[in-house]
Amino acid sequence: MSESASKIEELIDREYEHGFVTDIDTDEIPAGLNEDVIRIISAKKDEPEFMLEWRLKAFRHWQTMEEPKWHNVHYPPINYQDIVYYSAPKSKDDMPKSLDEVDPELLATYDKLGIPLHERERLAGVAVDAVFDSVSVATTFKDKLAEVGIIFGSFSEAVREHPDLIQKYLGSVVPVGDNYFAALNSAVFSDGSFCFIPKGVRSPMELSTYFRINAANTGQFERTLIVAEEGAHVSYLEGCTAPMRDENQLHAAVVELVALDNAEIKYSTVQNWYPGDKNGKGGIYNFVTKRGICQKNAKISWTQVETGSAITWKYPSVILKGDNSVGEFYSVALTNNRQQADTGTKMIHIGKNTKSNILSKGISAGHGQNASRGLVKVMKGADNARNFTQCDSLLIGDKCGAHTFPYMEVRNPSAQVEHEATTAKISEDQLFYCMQRGLSAEDAVSLIVSGFCKEVFKELPMEFAVEATKLLGVSLEGSVG
Amino acid sequence: MANTPVLEIKDLQAKVNDTPILRGINLTLQQGEVHAIMGPNGSGKSTLANVLAGREDYVVTGGSVKYQGKDLLGLSPEERAREGVFLAFQYPVEIPGVSNSYFLRTALNAIRTHRGQDPVDAMDFLKLIKEKMKFVEMDPKFQNRAVNQGFSGGEKKRNEILQMAILEPTLAILDETDSGLDIDALRIVAEGVNALRKENHAVLVVTHYQRLLDYLIPDFVHVLVDGKIARSGDKGLALELEEKGYAEFDSSATA
Ligand SMILES: Nc1ncnc2c1ncn2[C@@H]1O[C@H](COP(=O)(O)OP(=O)(O)O)[C@@H](O)[C@H]1O
Ligand SMILES: [Mg+2]
Repeated sequence: MSESASKIEELIDREYEHGFVTDIDTDEIPAGLNEDVIRIISAKKDEPEFMLEWRLKAFRHWQTMEEPKWHNVHYPPINYQDIVYYSAPKSKDDMPKSLDEVDPELLATYDKLGIPLHERERLAGVAVDAVFDSVSVATTFKDKLAEVGIIFGSFSEAVREHPDLIQKYLGSVVPVGDNYFAALNSAVFSDGSFCFIPKGVRSPMELSTYFRINAANTGQFERTLIVAEEGAHVSYLEGCTAPMRDENQLHAAVVELVALDNAEIKYSTVQNWYPGDKNGKGGIYNFVTKRGICQKNAKISWTQVETGSAITWKYPSVILKGDNSVGEFYSVALTNNRQQADTGTKMIHIGKNTKSNILSKGISAGHGQNASRGLVKVMKGADNARNFTQCDSLLIGDKCGAHTFPYMEVRNPSAQVEHEATTAKISEDQLFYCMQRGLSAEDAVSLIVSGFCKEVFKELPMEFAVEATKLLGVSLEGSVG
Repeated sequence: MANTPVLEIKDLQAKVNDTPILRGINLTLQQGEVHAIMGPNGSGKSTLANVLAGREDYVVTGGSVKYQGKDLLGLSPEERAREGVFLAFQYPVEIPGVSNSYFLRTALNAIRTHRGQDPVDAMDFLKLIKEKMKFVEMDPKFQNRAVNQGFSGGEKKRNEILQMAILEPTLAILDETDSGLDIDALRIVAEGVNALRKENHAVLVVTHYQRLLDYLIPDFVHVLVDGKIARSGDKGLALELEEKGYAEFDSSATA
């Protein structure tokens, strides 16, 4: 290996900046998983009977399932009895009723993370639901959104206040037994966000959830459900961070999107869970199921920037059920040091004239392993279905890997499915060229990487695009000396 | 300070992959001077340019280089660039997805920050790049194109001159920027160099042909053969080489 190649390696060393722990009193249940634990969670949330039944059904199903092994990620067996399934910051008197009552320690935490929860402050155009460990601690702009009929807030609250909507849509896209991690989530999920955008309404602002894992040994199992009724539009952002710890922590979330006729949902994620240290100690195991369903003329667009987690396992998918519906998936996944990512999407074409577009950018540095998996399925009745898939990989250094697994199942002869894949390396010529113009090696790498990701970044809402670019820079810090 | 040479190379020796390439170069560029380096293929012209810019694969094995009176060889490539050393590449590199103007602004601001100046904002930079693009006769649409991506050979070279015009280096090194250019483009390269012909600055032009020197009258011409300067002279030397070629400089002549 030449000297500059080893310099590239060095540059990849990173510092994780969200790795601090908030010292706060928590209400935690002992580690372990059985029906009683599920009953306790349900009782703590004051849930109606149907929810408990639903959870128990999921749990019983989960017990019959086996952890999947088909993916290209490797980790020691997870002991599900060692995990704490519920941990919530203890609030002075039950739930805070307004932002003013939220524990200042928590507000400070979110400030530190760059997500001020005070409505007057920076993220004035974005409503935020802040989820801390197992519960939602605050939601901003609730009242303003309610004026146009939008329901936005914690999942638990929605279960209590809008049980009819929950009962109608929960599990309608990701059924309880869908997969191992989704079943586990269905049994034990503790909170998350719920959004409902009524017929014809365009959300006047971006909605977002910020997930924070704080407590040790806890799993985070949150659930997000977004329903856009006929003709409704919403853009939703999701961000995540966690403290640095030597133990691995499990995060198994489920996100369901329902886009009724002519509705549009744009879902963007910047995932920056703690990735573990240089040698692969610690970090979040991120096993996530995300899926949306499009009715007629509806559109669902997933954009994700995945830079964190020790393991990322997620395949945001779209079921294109209605005629003329559109599914999109734009992804940047970066793996550095010992991180592993197995991610991609599934586009299921059921309706006629359905279209899907997949653009996936994988960046591998250090010993990072990046697998990009895409399934395009065109059913019999999906006349004139169209798909275009582009998978690009960028390698930094020579110890990392990129793997592309395209799957296609086409059962309709009028379908057009195209797939292109490229793999490139950051060249020493590129680095030297940038450095000769005054850029540090680090800035050169992040400039080249952000150029590589540009087509995905332009799909992100403004605030996030800036954040994502910065994050990539931080994530690659130290990769050239 | 007033009379410190911009560049002072003494007995510089360098190797690439364990092969000695530069074998004792002596060269001094005074302020305001333009020097041309000519010589046959493989004589070490690009090696000299790369050593001065700090490229890693080129290992200095002896001698010294002073830039503005201070040691140059101890600086990293980016420090040299920030101190005002600019290399116009023989083969400019493509950077997909990064716009030309963003790249240049990032470079300019890296240099300005180093000098303790405020970064230029997007608006001021737009004005600057517009003006300089006019100077090098480049279509404004090249601002938003990815750096060198899909540029023709001539467009890439012109882009190097644009960068030079914006960064205004103290020491500019042009490595065969004239190769493959038409007369119009040659004139622009020459104008770019002439604009730097002022106090404190100096330019080292590596060229294969005397053509460029019709537009750009060098103060000195050096012939590099086999890693050594075999002869130095004024513009007349370039004309002589044009006529006779490098035949007289075989290895034995330089030994
Ligand atoms: N990266 C390299 N690896 C191996 N040999 C090199 C490298 N760069 C230059 N050389 C060799 O060094 C000698 C001088 O090359 P160069 O400086 O490019 O010459 P010029 O620019 O005068 O044509 C040539 O013999 C060339 O093959
Ligand atoms: Mg050369």
